[in-house]
Amino acid sequence: MLEPINVSLESLNLITLTPMLIAIAGALIILVIDLINNKLHKSLYVMLTILILFIDFGSVLGLNVNERGFFDVMLIDGISIISQLMIIGGSMIFIPLALTSKRFHEYSYPEFFALFLFMIAGFQFMVATDNLILIFVGLETASLSLYTLIALHNRANSYEAAVKYFTMGALAAAFFAMGSAVVYALTGSVELYKVAEVMATRMNETGLMIAIYGSSVLLLVAFAFKLSLFPFHTWAPDVYEGASAPLAGYMSVVPKIAAFVVSIRIFGMYIDLGVEWIRITILVLAVITMTLANIMALVQDDVKRMLAYSSISHAGFIMAALALDTTEGNTSIFLYYALFMFTNLGAFAMLWISRHKTRRFNKRYDHPYEKFSGLIQIMPMGAVVMAIFMLSLAGVPPFSVFWGKIYVMQAAVNAGYVWLAVIMGLNSAIAAYYYLKLIVYMFLKDPEKNVDIVYYNMSKPLIVIIGFATVATVTAIFYVQPLLSYLYYMISASGY
Amino acid sequence: MENILSILVFFPLIAGLLGFVIDKDSIRSYGITVTTIEFFLSLWLWFSFDMNNAGMQFVEMLPIIPDMGISYYLGADGISLFIIIMTTLMTLIGMASMGETKNIKNMIISLLFLEMTMIGVFVSLDAIIFYLFWELSLVPMLYIIGAWGGPLRIYAAIKFFLYTFTGSLIMLVGMLFVAYTYHDLTGVWSFAITDWYALVLPVEYQLWLFGAFFIGFAIKVPMFPFHTWIPYAHGQAPTIGSVILAAVLLKMGTYGFVRFSLPMFPDAAVMAITPIAILSLIMVVYTAMIAYVQKDMKQVIAYSSVSHMGIIMLGLFAMNAEGLSGSVFQMLSHGIVSGALFMLVGMIYERRHTKQLSEFGGLAAVMPKYAIIFGIMLMASVGLPLTIGFVGEFLVLLGFYKVSPIMTIIAGTSIILGSVYMLRVMKLAFFGPLDNEENKKLKDLNSRETWSLIPLVAIVIWLGVYPKPVLEPIDNSVKALLVFMDEKAITQEAKDMIITAKSNKEAK
Repeated sequence: MLEPINVSLESLNLITLTPMLIAIAGALIILVIDLINNKLHKSLYVMLTILILFIDFGSVLGLNVNERGFFDVMLIDGISIISQLMIIGGSMIFIPLALTSKRFHEYSYPEFFALFLFMIAGFQFMVATDNLILIFVGLETASLSLYTLIALHNRANSYEAAVKYFTMGALAAAFFAMGSAVVYALTGSVELYKVAEVMATRMNETGLMIAIYGSSVLLLVAFAFKLSLFPFHTWAPDVYEGASAPLAGYMSVVPKIAAFVVSIRIFGMYIDLGVEWIRITILVLAVITMTLANIMALVQDDVKRMLAYSSISHAGFIMAALALDTTEGNTSIFLYYALFMFTNLGAFAMLWISRHKTRRFNKRYDHPYEKFSGLIQIMPMGAVVMAIFMLSLAGVPPFSVFWGKIYVMQAAVNAGYVWLAVIMGLNSAIAAYYYLKLIVYMFLKDPEKNVDIVYYNMSKPLIVIIGFATVATVTAIFYVQPLLSYLYYMISASGY
Repeated sequence: MENILSILVFFPLIAGLLGFVIDKDSIRSYGITVTTIEFFLSLWLWFSFDMNNAGMQFVEMLPIIPDMGISYYLGADGISLFIIIMTTLMTLIGMASMGETKNIKNMIISLLFLEMTMIGVFVSLDAIIFYLFWELSLVPMLYIIGAWGGPLRIYAAIKFFLYTFTGSLIMLVGMLFVAYTYHDLTGVWSFAITDWYALVLPVEYQLWLFGAFFIGFAIKVPMFPFHTWIPYAHGQAPTIGSVILAAVLLKMGTYGFVRFSLPMFPDAAVMAITPIAILSLIMVVYTAMIAYVQKDMKQVIAYSSVSHMGIIMLGLFAMNAEGLSGSVFQMLSHGIVSGALFMLVGMIYERRHTKQLSEFGGLAAVMPKYAIIFGIMLMASVGLPLTIGFVGEFLVLLGFYKVSPIMTIIAGTSIILGSVYMLRVMKLAFFGPLDNEENKKLKDLNSRETWSLIPLVAIVIWLGVYPKPVLEPIDNSVKALLVFMDEKAITQEAKDMIITAKSNKEAK
């Protein structure tokens, strides 16, 4: 007969669950409000979402570092706190982009906002645990919500994008489940800290290495899909193109932060155990990803697809930092994304405000380069802001991404990988070409005929968000130091 | 004003930002006023400069990112002082003589931003701040070439940007590695160049790092075989773009060698003397030959400017005071002379809308003032005694003679080859029959053009006759640099090669 389980409420440490519960409760509140009155304007939901996220943000800030809770399933360490803060912060910049001057289909449903909050809760679960099952649950909650959000854009290619993403995501989930199963078979546990303990004792057993390596490869494939690493990156450009511009920008940052946190936990563990193969595999994948994506980005005709490939390349850049498995390497991941977030969301927001209902410049693409030609003559401020985002993405100092890049490269040099830093440098040089291409179109070419306004979709909230992203991009030099020391402190406190 | 360097850097930036609100018709006067003030500020720097102090002066230090060892760290010594003054002077004169009228507001603002980045490069003592200004200087130049240039302007602008950007990223990795080594030895992160000077690196490291920095700087100089971007850049750039490019931007490369490569890697620098000398000689002779066959007047000047950069490179690696001082002096003279020549070509281009030498002939008859000034600048470019070009070139050759007499003789042909192609330009453009109908109606220089060129003519002759006020502070800092390199060098060959001023005196 089973013993009744005695659990005291205190030992559950429910406080570790509050941030996610706040997001979920907020989503439910939004659904209830819609039930009561379904004629409410989207601006109400946007502001409500921001307020809920604000509370969520505050509750994360209030968490203590290195606590466990809920049967030791929840793990609140430094990286889980900073990644949650970044996820919520990124979401808070993203959601006001719904307040366009033109009406778009998806924002007329309150469900959009509820799904959005569910998704955030999913990401938060993903990063705040080292239990493979809860990671899986968080990943799926978030991903399923995200597929729906993409499809809500209500265009032929957004359905295509959603279905493509869903299929790929399902495949990734299968790989993740298989990898976890192998890990469980090897160690009898799905909790990473126990897994690490057991694996460390069994490392010398003959014939086991292949199984350990196999499990890591299965898990790597799963996350390679999510992080759009070569050769599992092919879905990304199509999905980004089909999704609305802000959502594409969001996808290139926030889900990747969550996936990177899990990757740090899983692959950091493997590398710590001395599985050098996995480090080499990750490095090779990372180098191929950044190079190939850069080369692909060179030949794109559409700015959004170019930005999609560019964010794949940036992900490769960061993945290389993960393989270093040093505190600096891990810090660089967060620093890079914290800085990249503003710039990239800003760049996608600039595409968003130039979005027309119809494709006026090209039958195939929404944002061909021609659309932006001669922008300096039509709208100087818009051209300058976009140019700043592009220069920042290219890694021109003193704009934000440069500081991330230099820190990643410094981490690579410090870990003894000078060749990696050289490859990163050369890749930044290749990347400069396609960012420059847009600047050339905006500044050096004459406008296409019959163009009245490019930034058709502009509204005050969007200007505020873009202005905020611009300020964050330009003044990065002043806040890198506090950001860096906070991140470094949090990461070294949690032992990575 | 101990913080005059910060003022020098940020004054053009603030002026550029404020320039956005100035009315289009008044922007030219605004730009000229601002650059004049900036020029006087740089003169102030000269007057408050302590000529007897060979070290860094007006030092400012403010940690920005202490965790990474990056600080806002500025300073100037005798080497950078005159380059700064030359930068402000050439920006002022280039702007005053500018004939552009299209989108003049954007042009003036870009020039002001460019001035900020150029001065920033020459005053930074922190590698990352140096890199920051170095990269940022590409952006306004890209716009200037790309927006006001010739038919192939976009190609030229992108080529310019990508070439330099690639080189400097390799240099950045080198910088990061130096910082890492510094951290390894001292436990402190620092990107300050003066801290790095204290670092004694093994020869193998020095060679690799010298290579990384070399790529960054050599592309900018531009050294053969990395020079292919410059004919496009000069060929397509508007006059003002070529003036700034030749006068200042190319000097960033040679300045980088003086500031980074020589003091940080003395052994590697000594080992690199022969290969760099060979590349420089190829630059000198080969580009001079190319210059001779050009049909386009501006391309002649462009190739001659590359050829003279070869002389500067040669002097930098002479490893003695004459060669190095001569080389730094040649940077100034090259800046002023080639800048003036590009302006002159620009003036005739505005009148005739062609730069083909075959279109001209006998211009001396219709444009006497123009011909005289062109003649003086041409002579200075060739290196005629009593002009500014002679001093630097002579010192460089004198200095390099101690390294290799044969190479010096080959380099000396630059004066002969220079006069060959320059006199060809003179002959084809100014003498001979005035048989082209359109040339007969040409107007001579107007007062704006004359008055922007006369200061340059005055400097060319003044410093040609009496270079001491400029040469002395340069010499001081160069000697200090050589003594430092000598002390720091590990290998005996390097110590033998680096001839410090002290041993010079003993020899006498």
